[in-house]
Amino acid sequence: MTYFPEEVVEHIFDFLGSHRDRNAVSTVCKAWYGVERLSRRSVFVGNCYAVRPERVVARFPGVRSLSVKGKPHFADFNLVPDDWGGFALPWIEAFARGGLGLEELRLKRMVVSDESLELLARSFPSFKVLVLISCEGFSTDGLAAIATHCRVLRELDLQENEVEDCGPRWLSCFPDSCTSLVSLNFACLKGEVNAAALERLVARCPNIRTLRLNRAVSVDSLSKILARAPHLVDLGTGSFTIDHHAEAYHRLINNFTKCKSLKSLSGFWDASPRCLPAVYPICGNLTGLNLSYAPAIQGADLIKLIRLCLKLQRLWVLDCIGDKGLAVVASTCKELQELRVFPSDVCGVGTAAVTEEGLVAISSGCPKLNSLLYFCHQMTNAALVTVAKNCPHFTRFRLCILDPGKPDPVTNQPLDEGFGAIVQSCKDLRRLSLSGLLTDQVFLYIGMYAECLEMLSIAFAGDSDKGMVYVLNGCKNLRKLEIRDSPFGDAALLEDVGKYETMRSLWMSSCYVTLKGCKTLAAKMPRLNVEVINERDESDEMEENPSDLRRVEKMYVYRTVAGPRNDAPDFVWML
Amino acid sequence: MGRGPAERQGDRVEMSTTLEKERSLTELEADYEETALTLGLPGGSRAGGWDQQERKRGFSETVHLSDGSSGIEPRGGGDLGDESPDCAASGAGGPRASKARVVGWPPVRSYRKNALRGCTYVKVAVDGAPYLRKVDLEIYSGYHQLLTALQEMFSCFTIRDRRLVDPVKGTDYIPTYEDKDGDWMLVGDVPWKMFVASCKRLRLMNIAPRAPR
Repeated sequence: MTYFPEEVVEHIFDFLGSHRDRNAVSTVCKAWYGVERLSRRSVFVGNCYAVRPERVVARFPGVRSLSVKGKPHFADFNLVPDDWGGFALPWIEAFARGGLGLEELRLKRMVVSDESLELLARSFPSFKVLVLISCEGFSTDGLAAIATHCRVLRELDLQENEVEDCGPRWLSCFPDSCTSLVSLNFACLKGEVNAAALERLVARCPNIRTLRLNRAVSVDSLSKILARAPHLVDLGTGSFTIDHHAEAYHRLINNFTKCKSLKSLSGFWDASPRCLPAVYPICGNLTGLNLSYAPAIQGADLIKLIRLCLKLQRLWVLDCIGDKGLAVVASTCKELQELRVFPSDVCGVGTAAVTEEGLVAISSGCPKLNSLLYFCHQMTNAALVTVAKNCPHFTRFRLCILDPGKPDPVTNQPLDEGFGAIVQSCKDLRRLSLSGLLTDQVFLYIGMYAECLEMLSIAFAGDSDKGMVYVLNGCKNLRKLEIRDSPFGDAALLEDVGKYETMRSLWMSSCYVTLKGCKTLAAKMPRLNVEVINERDESDEMEENPSDLRRVEKMYVYRTVAGPRNDAPDFVWML
Repeated sequence: MGRGPAERQGDRVEMSTTLEKERSLTELEADYEETALTLGLPGGSRAGGWDQQERKRGFSETVHLSDGSSGIEPRGGGDLGDESPDCAASGAGGPRASKARVVGWPPVRSYRKNALRGCTYVKVAVDGAPYLRKVDLEIYSGYHQLLTALQEMFSCFTIRDRRLVDPVKGTDYIPTYEDKDGDWMLVGDVPWKMFVASCKRLRLMNIAPRAPR
């Protein structure tokens, strides 16, 4: 192969789709490394502290698309303090200084400042795609900069970010010459939006296919937008309350009927059941439906809607759908692949929640199901065994029994056998989240059977170090392990220190790991960063000279070639 | 940094769990045993038309708020007497009070929690009063708590039956609310949480003075 000219090798590498494959070929020989690095167009950095931005820029000068992830997953649930880190600015600065022609940037769980958005907007004239997921630190002023300077912007996708509202002017910053938008998602913005500017923007972007509005956009505005963009494929409604007598309602139905390409619906903010019939005309085409922000839609109204969605592949709902509602999903949505049932505890309706019955019904009615997130009040081993048998194709299985450590209510046994059945049956399982009462036994099963498992989330589970060791020994493809409130200590942590270099990261909080264990790990493995996160008061005497035997509240370990990071706040100890 | 939504939620949870401190540990354990039964509907009609599942979430059928108010008994249907003390809790639906305080549990993104929570401040109008007030429905665990709060807010009232009464003027104020469809409804017909999700504003409606008993 080394006799082939470089252009040929490069051409062959073009066929390699995945990052993993490209990473692999780059290690074959120097020549291939050289060809690969110059022809690489897309880089994915799973942990922003695993490598320095400058190094990425130096190695891949031709990169046009960058994806970076910051905070550990448990940051989603307030387990990581706000100032922990994960800053986007160093990455944008490095790419700007390196003179790279960045076109796409995707960031998840990172701190993105307005300053960095401004720099991004000004530094890359060909910039086309910005996707921010679960990020924070910026305001609508940063968005204004993007709108103003990114002349060929195609995608602005803001998913579940905390964005400070500085007024509606950002949307008006898209110049009249901007006609390139294909995807615009600002559903997470809390503030007002200039309706006229929005309608004009949609009208002049003939290629717009994804549009997700925020709560401030009225139904009237939605109607006008649908009239201008009947070729939409993915729509997130704004506020979905109207007086059903009004003309607005009738206009809405008419305009929805014209949207023949609509495949995905979400939003439904403040939706009232009486508005639902407006979407009936397009339900038959829907492959994706997200009703998880509409607590007032439940019972008969919800069921009526679902019965029309014969082609549904992806459904997100609140648990007020109830087991009965799930039975309707099971009998209607034969193409269902992904189901998420969220708890409606905050603003929820107390009439129904879901149990193992709903899940069993889904599993028998929807054989194509491969991705599940299910919050429920109880689960039984029998049900899980049935689910495992009915749906052997799970790649993602996340079960959250709301009461931590709750056993099978029928037998009072732990749920080891149930989850064991899942991992044994689902050979392609890549992601698993456990809950309920669990002993070390479930980890034995996971270690034995979950060969493809890449991410495992454990909470309030296990009896002893053995549990964690089973997992570390058994799961060859494990990349991310996150554990909270489980009795695993130093012995488990230090059992196989080399394992952590084969993984992206390990998170342990409220476990039995001590400072000594962390220090030992850090000393043995220089290419791991071992971070101990302390949130105690300044006055705590522990500050002075913490005993090594003290249990560590939160520990985050990750492999890195960048060495200890220099932006860690005071409460993070880099060991 | 200011207090984030997570901390505020923690406070609300703590408020509701003070109700639970009234019960002894053995009572809680007994309740847990009761709810750890079969897949069939729990026996007994104590909760009436009220959601059977709610029982597993705690104490709705037996908690009497010990604030001295009379006549509030748990009844079937969506009565004012039906309370759900832990409905403000984070969804850890077990009977043990400590569970409700677990940080980051259930594992739901703050964004989602905030998005669903954001709708709970409503205006309260009282017929004849010069200005309105605002209350956050989410901090109350049931109709009785809401009425109590309104009683304190508009200090001329006392609670009698399901109404607020001005004993000086001898007038009744019937609590009504506007729902998401724009209809004016009587407060108390639907389960508390459904009410919280669909209530847009409250109005204490003045009716004719009551005939003397």
